[in-house]
Amino acid sequence: MRRLIVRRLALLVPMVWLVATLTFIVVAAAPGTYADVVDHPGLTTDQRQAIRDRYGLDQPLLSQYLHWLGSVATGDLGVSFVYKEPVSRLLARALPPTLLLGGAALLLDLVLGLAAAVAAVRRPRGWFDRVTTILGLGVYGLPSFWIAGLAVLLFAVLLGWFPASHMRSVGADELSFLARLADLVRHLVLPAACLGLVAAAGTARYLRSTLLDVRGERYILAARARGLSERRVLWVHTLRPALLPVVTLLGLSLPVLVSGSVVIESIFSWPGMGLTLLQAAHARDVPVIMGITMVGAVAVLLGNLTADVLYAVVDPRAREESR
Amino acid sequence: MTRSRRLEVGFGALVMLALTCFVGPLLRSRPPAADPARAALLPPGSRATEIVLDDGRALVSPRVAMTGDTVVVGGPLRDTELPRRRVTAMRPVRFPLGSDRFGRDVLDQLMTGGRISLSVASLGALVALLVGTGVGLAAATGGRLVDALLMRMVDAVLAFPVLFLLILIAALARPGPLVLVAILGLTSWMGLARLVRGQVLSLRGRTFVLAARAAGCSPTRIWRRHYLPNLAGPLSQDTALRLGDLVLAEATLSYLGLGIPASIPTWGAMVAQGHRVMIEGWWLATFAGLAIAFLVISLALIGDGLQDRLA
Repeated sequence: MRRLIVRRLALLVPMVWLVATLTFIVVAAAPGTYADVVDHPGLTTDQRQAIRDRYGLDQPLLSQYLHWLGSVATGDLGVSFVYKEPVSRLLARALPPTLLLGGAALLLDLVLGLAAAVAAVRRPRGWFDRVTTILGLGVYGLPSFWIAGLAVLLFAVLLGWFPASHMRSVGADELSFLARLADLVRHLVLPAACLGLVAAAGTARYLRSTLLDVRGERYILAARARGLSERRVLWVHTLRPALLPVVTLLGLSLPVLVSGSVVIESIFSWPGMGLTLLQAAHARDVPVIMGITMVGAVAVLLGNLTADVLYAVVDPRAREESR
Repeated sequence: MTRSRRLEVGFGALVMLALTCFVGPLLRSRPPAADPARAALLPPGSRATEIVLDDGRALVSPRVAMTGDTVVVGGPLRDTELPRRRVTAMRPVRFPLGSDRFGRDVLDQLMTGGRISLSVASLGALVALLVGTGVGLAAATGGRLVDALLMRMVDAVLAFPVLFLLILIAALARPGPLVLVAILGLTSWMGLARLVRGQVLSLRGRTFVLAARAAGCSPTRIWRRHYLPNLAGPLSQDTALRLGDLVLAEATLSYLGLGIPASIPTWGAMVAQGHRVMIEGWWLATFAGLAIAFLVISLALIGDGLQDRLA
């Protein structure tokens, strides 16, 4: 177990380096640099050249790459071309909103997915099972941006219950702490619901089939034969083994939690990692692109590791294999 | 819907959609010309008249009246009066699913978008299938060093959240259709490579393969008769599910304005346009979203059905 963790952690650095290098190649292969796409009326050719000189955009790619690698090795992620601000500070500002949104969505995903699946398998092929199966398939097939658009129309435009975008109201700084918190929650509801609902459809679908599989096991029959109540059989004997794969799903959802949903964040103008990446890509803001992909890569790798470790913790058979 | 019928239902729905998109335009009469000034955002089921002028311009309006020698073409702000001799052709047209902001027929746009979604997704899946199978086979048969190298590469590509990578590349490069196919394929082959490698490694130790080897079968024959049939099931199931993901990915990119250039209508771009005119034109986003869902769900049913068959 410990060896598994140490080995995977040792691989973390070369893997992140590989991902960053791939990103660098992708960015270098794309047409245009920051100096070409920067949109400022009346910018002369000389001034564009000055930008190129300042950020070394004219230098050979290899020397740009080595320069970037050198500064990252010393822990310096560079300075954003657009915001003229250290990338680390930019990331520190974009990460909390994404974590908040992702966390709320994950909570909704688990609670809703679990509840729907358990309620459905109480009576397989009953009306509730049929309705949730069809609803789940519908939500799974509808793109999240479509659901988000409908939610905005219904709850923000027509009913006016929740704000349509952004994380806080104008002038929210003036409010008291509690009012500010309420303001934040009101802004959080729609994006978190859209993100969580789509994920819950997948979780419920997955969990339902696992639960049905477990129901057919002989130890469930044995539990019933011992005279245990149906409720106890369902909640203890069926749910526990069925939850094993869900535990690993938790680890696998870490990357989405950290890198954010680009689509939902850009629809709701949520100032998180996904939106920042999209804007940085449009502006060819290379240091920011590199910084965000590296954070995303670390999150994926740690998420995979967490999933494997959690699985080994809950399933003794996997523990033997990974030794 | 019983479990065993999922494959048939999904496949039937897919064939129906493909026929509608590829053959449908041939069965319909020519869709009305786009007239953004007079025929924008007509609700579903609208009737209109298309008037072709002697200079080749076409006007489409739901209100056309003829008084003596002049034709009055109704517009949203003011009517246009034309002398009758300038009109070279006139025909009634219908907008079964309404028109968009530019006066284009939504049904026609949906069929064009469907052709794009279906082709981009299936070509992308084909690229993923080729690359994934190639890498998986190479890793399984190429010795320990090749295996370790390739699998670490797979891990590295998997370490990007896929949509993240897609959006990054698409935002940087503004792809044409073929580049989009390449990007979609090259970001979704990793799972397949793992699947193929795992399957081949486990098949190698199975008794029927050992028996075939012991009986003196040639490697080609073992591959053809034992490996391929056993690989086909998992591969086709994986591809059905992957197709759904690719359809959604293409739609997402188009929705964000990063996919196929905006001059070509795609389902994702139609939803984006519809969201801008939600109140005046609810039908735009609705029909495009339902079309995406129809395709993705039929693919999911095929995937589930195949899984039931294989299990």
